[in-house]
Amino acid sequence: MGIYLPIAEISVNIFVLLAMGAAVGFLSGMFGVGGGFLITPLLIFYNIPPAIAVATGANQVIASSFSGALSHVKRGTLDFKLGGVLLAGGIVGSTGGIFVFGFLRRLGQLDLFISLLYVVLLGTVGGLMLVESVNALRATRSGAAPVLKKSGQHNWIHRLPLKMRFRASKLFVSVIPVLGLGAGIGFLSSIMGVGGGFIMVPALIYLLKVPTNVVIGTSLFQIIFTSAYTTLVHATTNQTVDVMLAFLLMAGGVAGAQYGAKAGQRLRGEQLRALLALLVLAVAIRLAIDLFVTPPNVYSLSGVDPT
Amino acid sequence: MAGLRAFLAVASLSLFAASSPGKAQTPATENIQIGLSTDHVSITAGFSGADLTIFGSLENADPLVARQGRYDIIVVLEGPARPVVVRRKDRVLGIWINLESETFENVPVSYSVATTRPLQDVTDPNSYKQLSLGAANIYMQPADDGDSPATIQEFTAALRERKTATGLYSVNVGGVQFLSQNLFRATVRLAPNVPVGTHKARAFLFKSGLFIKESSAQLEIRKSGFEQSIFRVAHDYSFLYGIFAVSLAMLTGWLGRLVFRKD
Repeated sequence: MGIYLPIAEISVNIFVLLAMGAAVGFLSGMFGVGGGFLITPLLIFYNIPPAIAVATGANQVIASSFSGALSHVKRGTLDFKLGGVLLAGGIVGSTGGIFVFGFLRRLGQLDLFISLLYVVLLGTVGGLMLVESVNALRATRSGAAPVLKKSGQHNWIHRLPLKMRFRASKLFVSVIPVLGLGAGIGFLSSIMGVGGGFIMVPALIYLLKVPTNVVIGTSLFQIIFTSAYTTLVHATTNQTVDVMLAFLLMAGGVAGAQYGAKAGQRLRGEQLRALLALLVLAVAIRLAIDLFVTPPNVYSLSGVDPT
Repeated sequence: MAGLRAFLAVASLSLFAASSPGKAQTPATENIQIGLSTDHVSITAGFSGADLTIFGSLENADPLVARQGRYDIIVVLEGPARPVVVRRKDRVLGIWINLESETFENVPVSYSVATTRPLQDVTDPNSYKQLSLGAANIYMQPADDGDSPATIQEFTAALRERKTATGLYSVNVGGVQFLSQNLFRATVRLAPNVPVGTHKARAFLFKSGLFIKESSAQLEIRKSGFEQSIFRVAHDYSFLYGIFAVSLAMLTGWLGRLVFRKD
């Protein structure tokens, strides 16, 4: 069944979008990520203009992260204070990102920049996670008790000034890296249409040493607001948010997410991380191939922005 | 005497005039008219392209020429003109990057043609050029005249090729059919991504390869109902629209959890 998207201005198949939302929702529920890093490339592969895919992706991420965050609030695995500081940085980063987004769009380099960012970030994060999780899997298989990093172990990040205490995370750390991380994620959120969970989660675990159980809830909490802000700004400055498209993705997504979360509980942490790493790498490789393969058409048309 | 001569001259003139209508009957004035049953077409949620039928009539047609099939009609539905940027990707360090670009002013967003016979059989390329008729003959004004003619030509060709590939520029050979000697029907294709705005329908009449007459009518293509409202709100009240999009997402997330909860 076809449906006309009012902002994207094309007709698409309603079931393809629902299925896309459900599949991504399942994965995002399973891995505790928003799923924006999957939705946006999928929409682009489905011929939605990248600018609309990004803004609508951000809108869709709100639904899945809000749904996910609710269950973490109930379980008490959400550090509001840490999330708040991350968010403050996120708003700044997101504002900068929107500006860069509009600039690149006028230059005609937006699509390239989005693809490059995806390849570099997904490739790096996926690669690191894969190595880490494979090592952990091997360690458990050989019978040795996994070497847990103790909270006493510190790296350079913990020597920075302006320390702040985050009780729920049992953390005493400088606000600089927290704000910086938030800003970086905000920037990516507005340019890539992602919540940034796939970067936030490993960064909180490995860089800030936040306990794993509060990481996902806190990350989801900050993602709700960063992507809400991104959606708002895209809607006002670029008019690229398609609610019809977003709603179809969300409807599929929230349903899939709940089943995914259940499936995720049956897998162990390292297995889950290894699978997520493989998935992230697969998306990165797919996008990288598109950059290098001779395009079917070297010419493209676009309208001229009134600005 | 002078008066008589003048009288004779007038008489012979009037005699000549009286005999002329009979002689001039064949080459005189064919006319073409087209009519649209509506002045606007609305695109709804299910729009996936459509055929638009335009009826028209041929006045003062010569029955002999008509019988021999020497009347040809070309109907064009031309979309609103907008500036377009054409970009070309080139390989830089193995990666395909948009490098060169050319901006054109006032390019019709869509251009659907329907004809009685293949374009090359109707008339010669020069006539098409003079009439700027057919996707290949629309003049596209580059924004920057300083670019080399070869570059402009290359990008113009690419622009036409892309428009054709996306179905916005189309030719429907045999899309114009005579229903009777004086009545014809033209079927032009509206692409799924047909632009909204004022479209201009034009009909060109050819007789034995010669251009005779043109007639035109306007057609407004709009988005209707729900989609149109969304589009308008997104542009006119973009901040409220953004708030709505965010609230809708949160509501969906919350409801989804209530309905599908598995924990």
